[in-house]
Amino acid sequence: MRFKDVFSIIGPSMVGPSSSHTAGAVRLGRTARHVLGGLPEHAEILLYGSFATTYRGHGTDLAIIAGLLNYDTDDMRIRDAFEKAKDAGMEVQLRTAQKAGMHPNTATFILRRGEQKAIVTGCSIGGGNIEIVGVDDFDVKFTAIYPTLLIFHADRRGILAELTDIFKHADANIGFMEVDRKSRSGDALTVIESDEVLRTEFIDQIAEIPDVYKVRVINLTSKGDIYEVL
Amino acid sequence: MRFSNLEQLIQLCVKESVTIGQLMITEQSAETGKSTELVLEQMAAYYDIMKEAVYKGIDSELKTRSGLTGGDAKRVRAYMHNGAVSLGTEACSAMAYALAVSEINASMGRIIATPTAGSCGIIPGVFVSSQERFGWSDEHMVHGLFSAGAIGYVIANNSFVSGAEGGCQAEIGSAIGMAAGALVELRGGTPVEAVHAVGLALKNSLGLICDPVGGLVEVPCIVRNGFGAVTAMAAADMALAGVKSVIPSDEVIEVMLEVGSAMPEKHRETAMGGLAQTPTGKKMMKELYDKEES
Repeated sequence: MRFKDVFSIIGPSMVGPSSSHTAGAVRLGRTARHVLGGLPEHAEILLYGSFATTYRGHGTDLAIIAGLLNYDTDDMRIRDAFEKAKDAGMEVQLRTAQKAGMHPNTATFILRRGEQKAIVTGCSIGGGNIEIVGVDDFDVKFTAIYPTLLIFHADRRGILAELTDIFKHADANIGFMEVDRKSRSGDALTVIESDEVLRTEFIDQIAEIPDVYKVRVINLTSKGDIYEVL
Repeated sequence: MRFSNLEQLIQLCVKESVTIGQLMITEQSAETGKSTELVLEQMAAYYDIMKEAVYKGIDSELKTRSGLTGGDAKRVRAYMHNGAVSLGTEACSAMAYALAVSEINASMGRIIATPTAGSCGIIPGVFVSSQERFGWSDEHMVHGLFSAGAIGYVIANNSFVSGAEGGCQAEIGSAIGMAAGALVELRGGTPVEAVHAVGLALKNSLGLICDPVGGLVEVPCIVRNGFGAVTAMAAADMALAGVKSVIPSDEVIEVMLEVGSAMPEKHRETAMGGLAQTPTGKKMMKELYDKEES
């Protein structure tokens, strides 16, 4: 099911004018920021399809930048996002691009902060809902409706058992999980959607599992506190 | 959710002797692990924002950044107060309110996407005007939003709700179907009648393309919200009168998917066809973007 609950249909509460081009764009930007783990110093954004042809009128550019600043969809500061980005010291480059076979509302983010880099591709599928389809070189598929954990690790026997064991100890329920690996025994990415936000101590425990490189928390459910590492 | 199509939704409601709205409250609570009180509270907060948008939009002279639209809600309401309205005041009031919320949206004001921002006027237009007319409580309206949400949930998962994917039928069409079904239930109709209203309404917007001038959610989106509110009331009346959707509503949703998937890209929110590419539409786009670049 692409749409999971009643508030993905009635909602979000948002600043207009377009749920896919404005609210969805805010959520894509926010998700990309959370994948990086903090405010980007430099953000390059590629817009495809209908995003590319109509972004100006819909304020998609403002919305994406607002998302990178971690604003929610109904934040009245969205219209001032360019100035706010400047104040925050975030450099933004926005370009339109073309690629065959893309969902009509797709954006790719190339974000940098210090040594850290994140490449995130996502689509805005309607009503403010999004689907993230790429993180770095991995194929993924998650909606960010639920708190989502991204665990970057080595492809090794038993690592998933160690991972899910921590969820068991945290008394947290996994609603969706997928693993993608670049090659056998190579790098892998595990995406876990859980019903509740994992407490920081458990996230730290996951980060300490041998062969786990980094952990990122995507949490669009909260306006305030989020787990950021950068 | 225990249902993925409208037929299953009806079966569950009949089996458990509940309305679509009541069922959806329980389903939402189970799906999210939140209490029904919390779930109701969030929807009530959303209904407050809808009402705020209606009353703010109907009273103010809103101008959008493009300058293409604004003030139509006020115009319609003034007309309504000044003489005999072809539609009758009830439908005209729903139309004015729907325009008002869409104008708020176009001017970057706060709205609730129902199911999208492009179609955000229809449900508040129908709901707020009906509440005033019938004296319904906010609690009743919130239940109605859950029935609208259940219907939209089925449409969205079996077809689409974005203009870029499936054309305007997916946005305005879905909103009309949701408002029509919910209104049937608000007025005491059965789940079966509510679902007929959905099919009746959706059939009337099949094939509608998404062709906004300049790619903006203004022309023709705003007036389509006004029309949508009226159509939703018409579909609800037909269903309450006993008119049935001869093609079952679930099958109509499949047709929306088929039609939308076959729609050329130029008619799916790219502003590369339809009204956007008429001589006037192109002229407006040019003026708009020249203005922005200067």
